[in-house]
Amino acid sequence: MKYIDEYRDTDLGKGLIKRIADLSKRPVKLMEFCGGHTVSILKHGIRQLLPPGIEMLSGPGCPVCVTPVADIDKAVALAREPETVIATFGDMIRVPGSNSTLQKAKAEGSDVRVVYSTQDALEIARLNPLKKIIFIGVGFETTAPTVAASVVQASKEGLTNYYILSLHKLCPPVMKALLLSHEIRLDGIICPGHVCAITGARPFEFIGREYDIAAAISGFEPLDILLSVEMLIKQIENGRHALENAYTRVVRDEGNIQAIRIMYEVFETSASCWRGIGMVSESGLRLRDRYSAFDAEKAFEIKQAEARETPGCICGDILRGVKKPHDCRLFRDVCDPQHPVGPCMVSAEGTCSAYYLYGGEDER
Amino acid sequence: MCLAIPALVKSVDGAKAQVEVGGAVRSVSLMLTPEVKAGDYVLLHTGYAISVIDKDEALKTLAMLQELADIESGQV
Repeated sequence: MKYIDEYRDTDLGKGLIKRIADLSKRPVKLMEFCGGHTVSILKHGIRQLLPPGIEMLSGPGCPVCVTPVADIDKAVALAREPETVIATFGDMIRVPGSNSTLQKAKAEGSDVRVVYSTQDALEIARLNPLKKIIFIGVGFETTAPTVAASVVQASKEGLTNYYILSLHKLCPPVMKALLLSHEIRLDGIICPGHVCAITGARPFEFIGREYDIAAAISGFEPLDILLSVEMLIKQIENGRHALENAYTRVVRDEGNIQAIRIMYEVFETSASCWRGIGMVSESGLRLRDRYSAFDAEKAFEIKQAEARETPGCICGDILRGVKKPHDCRLFRDVCDPQHPVGPCMVSAEGTCSAYYLYGGEDER
Repeated sequence: MCLAIPALVKSVDGAKAQVEVGGAVRSVSLMLTPEVKAGDYVLLHTGYAISVIDKDEALKTLAMLQELADIESGQV
């Protein structure tokens, strides 16, 4: 496919890897923030091809994984309300809450439907005027505008049976929280290309400016990732840390202005709780008052008990880049993609799932 | 979840477009990218075009990759 195949060229890849090896003079820790990058790095064997001094850590860039147990419980509670239909992206239905999942709620008789797009959720609302359709709004800046667009559309059409449970999260505030925690010392960050397609490059410039850490925005094909690693190593070796864009065919400095406008027409920022990280101010999105009729948290009285974390699961540590899947005693023996214990094994872009499927090296 | 793939725009009808992805044609929303026209490549995410792929920048990146790879393999 155009714009994919060209960025998988093996010969160019070999040349880039040799260049990276020549540039790389000392051990460095790089974090790929985005789960999509983790999958691409493992799937294409990039970790094994890079010089041994370059350690790649996976970050918290998997929206399903960072959704805390209490919010999964909320979605399950909504599924059990009479006359509701839960519309959700597929990854969410198997994420364990305190004692259930959306999938189990469905097996027990709740109406839970996997959709590909908020456009599908809107269609369910149009076809079922007597039902209350609740879309589980999970996702970063890439996805939130598509959810906002559906609210604007529902409002225009006068739909009164369409609701959003907004669990959206924003990337720059949590990156700041990770860097401020000093739990891990990073030399460089690969920034999430499709988040930046919406936000633009500017919201990520603080990484170099305020924290003196190398940063590059990357696409998702192997050559995109190698180019961004090359940029990071060059920044580190030259001692000049300033954000570079390795994904200019998609990411502009100013981002997608129309998408940002729609996102903030419907949502405003709020504090949000991240699994493994905790509350981070200004890192979430809630519906603005003028769209409160679409806000599931306001339209329903959500009954939920105190949330309970799964014993033994270290997804929280993995999401902060402090531990790797092999450090978890549940990994592979108890927890696998068929029987996931934690969200990082459920989501297709979860770090544990990617290690399980594509075999990150055993570093224990 | 931020997975997005390139798609070729075949036709535009108001806020919707028909796009081709790997041989399959499907309808997508242009609410986030009203500037899209037939013949563009867009980045498709959960049924919405979220960005128009910049052909010139794509070529520049490929040229840069070629240069970086060639310098090191001694072909320049």
